[in-house]
Amino acid sequence: MSVLLNKDSRIIVQGFTGKEGTFHSEQMIEYGTNVVGGVVPGKGGQTHLGKPVFNSVSEAVMKADADTSIIFVPPRFAADAIMESAEAGIQVIVCITEGIPVQDMVKVKAFISNYNTRLVGPNCPGIITPGEAKLGIMPGFIHNPGRIGIVSRSGTLTYEAVDQVTKAGLGQSTCIGIGGDPIVGTTTKEAVELLMNDPDTDGIIMIGEIGGGMEAEAAHYIKEYGTKPVVGFIAGQTAPKGRTMGHAGAIIGGAEDTAEAKMKIMADCGIHVVSSPAQIGQTMVDALKG
Amino acid sequence: MNLHEYQGKSILENAGVKIQRGKVVDTVDEAVAAFKQLKEETGTEFAVVKAQIHAGGRGKGGGVKLAKNEEELKEHAGNILGMMLKTPQTPGGLEGPGKLVQKILIAEDSYAPDFDACKEYYVSIMMDRESKRNVIIYSTEGGMNIEEVAENTPHLVFKEHIDPCLGIQPFEARKIAFNLGLSGKAFKEMVKFITKLYNAFVGNDLSLIEINPCLKNNDDEILAVDCKTTVDDNALFRHPNLAEMRDTSEEDPAEVEAKEFGLNYVKLDGNVGCMVNGAGLAMATMDIIKLSGGSPANFLDVGGTADAERVENAFKIILKDPNVKAILINIFGGIVRCDRVAQGVVDAYKNMGNINVPIIVRLQGTNAEIAKDLIDNSGLEVRSAVVLQEAADIVKEVLA
Repeated sequence: MSVLLNKDSRIIVQGFTGKEGTFHSEQMIEYGTNVVGGVVPGKGGQTHLGKPVFNSVSEAVMKADADTSIIFVPPRFAADAIMESAEAGIQVIVCITEGIPVQDMVKVKAFISNYNTRLVGPNCPGIITPGEAKLGIMPGFIHNPGRIGIVSRSGTLTYEAVDQVTKAGLGQSTCIGIGGDPIVGTTTKEAVELLMNDPDTDGIIMIGEIGGGMEAEAAHYIKEYGTKPVVGFIAGQTAPKGRTMGHAGAIIGGAEDTAEAKMKIMADCGIHVVSSPAQIGQTMVDALKG
Repeated sequence: MNLHEYQGKSILENAGVKIQRGKVVDTVDEAVAAFKQLKEETGTEFAVVKAQIHAGGRGKGGGVKLAKNEEELKEHAGNILGMMLKTPQTPGGLEGPGKLVQKILIAEDSYAPDFDACKEYYVSIMMDRESKRNVIIYSTEGGMNIEEVAENTPHLVFKEHIDPCLGIQPFEARKIAFNLGLSGKAFKEMVKFITKLYNAFVGNDLSLIEINPCLKNNDDEILAVDCKTTVDDNALFRHPNLAEMRDTSEEDPAEVEAKEFGLNYVKLDGNVGCMVNGAGLAMATMDIIKLSGGSPANFLDVGGTADAERVENAFKIILKDPNVKAILINIFGGIVRCDRVAQGVVDAYKNMGNINVPIIVRLQGTNAEIAKDLIDNSGLEVRSAVVLQEAADIVKEVLA
């Protein structure tokens, strides 16, 4: 078992034939991911990477039984692509695209709340269930099947954590990159909740950063309902106020946005908080020993 | 992207929102001409001289002055133009160097004829991350620091969340006008003001618009006297007119140059420079510099393609800062192969010739070991590491 993604997920790629879409689709297929086709409006009927191309997501759902999608379309078309997937009945949508206007995401969030779908991202590395399926742009080889779940707002920092977990002799159940934008489809708390309820996950690593209240919300959930050890790290302990640190969502507005404030709440809620990103893997090992 | 007051007001005017009228100038002569023209067009007797810089609290630093005649106008315009204006929000605050005033706004006196008959309100619109909706924040306590109002008298600060699919509804605008205690003509004016302001916010992809004060004048009209505006950078592709409003003289020169190179760079005041792929890892690297006894000199995300050219550009930007005593390069190679990044570092180093601060390179991921050999055998003064803790230890050693 795993969450959101497994070897039976039937995946389509939106923006299949573009440069990014092609490169990462190849990597996903090579990893063994069950990619059943792609969607490019106007290119329906063609074949790409040996898979069928459809004109619309609903066509892909009808003809290829797609239930999962990954989006590689440019920022100005990405909101539309997400809404199209939700409307077509896709269950899990991962949006990799960085740079979507906030007002587009405000509308997307309201629109998809009418559908039974889960959006992960945008501006994220995607989801991976090691050994089963890779739905994203992460390097597959650093992962190892195992029982640690990882939730993170960052890309390469997640790889860092994954690598430490793997090198510590543990593996990952599912890693969820929720994205670095101010509005994301799946919050830290929602991702933690999925892993907390997953019988094949023994411990959770939660990587946050400055800006917003998602980590505090997750911490309060963990305090109330947590049954597994959680290791937490917040990036941006040295970030100045009022500046956007790369990710559109990484900005300190008020006092509760700071790494310090978040780390305190997390520690108060029983999370094993590390101040050094080099200690994530070892702290998980120690936490599992109780 | 932040805008000047006069730029924000032009957006509002185009959207049909009433504003305090004025003209932006950059010389004293133009200021006098603007005053005369303004008198003719608006009938104003006095004029307000307002410094145009990207910082609030301008009045506190002497950047906003009322002129009652042409002589006073000349005097104020002469004093404010070219001054280093210090406000609580300029870098370093009131103790810092201040910001150079290059433009001033000559604005009408919106409070005439009877100052006491006017009333100031506060209105702002932003995206609320918690509800994931746009929120209108408003208060009867205009002209004051809203954070202080919210802390001392929270019952005087109201919020209205707007459904993004429907936009602002008439009843919502009416609720706001009622809560502000308005009636008659002023009530209708406020309903119109709020509706058009909200539409300007959404239509221009703003991430913040703050009207403080929002004024009820002697004629019961509602207008924006000041205007703080931030545009969503990610939406500039559909607003070329707003993209042109960017004033790079308000930004750090190194940051402007980095942006031209396609590097995401924020200057800080520490002593260890860093170059990282990915924003989260970049912040984490800054944190590890701090834990190693240093202090980060910058945030720098080189992105997914860390080739020789990008690394060289990044080196140039980081080394512009004389405080930099060491540089930590931290790359987690996933899709990017570490050996290619290492080659980029070696090539950039050789091209630059005279880098005289220690460089620590930590490469992890695809081909990390090959990359380490490449660095170690390059004959350059570069220390290499594979594990993050190792890199932290070297930084500590170099700083000691």
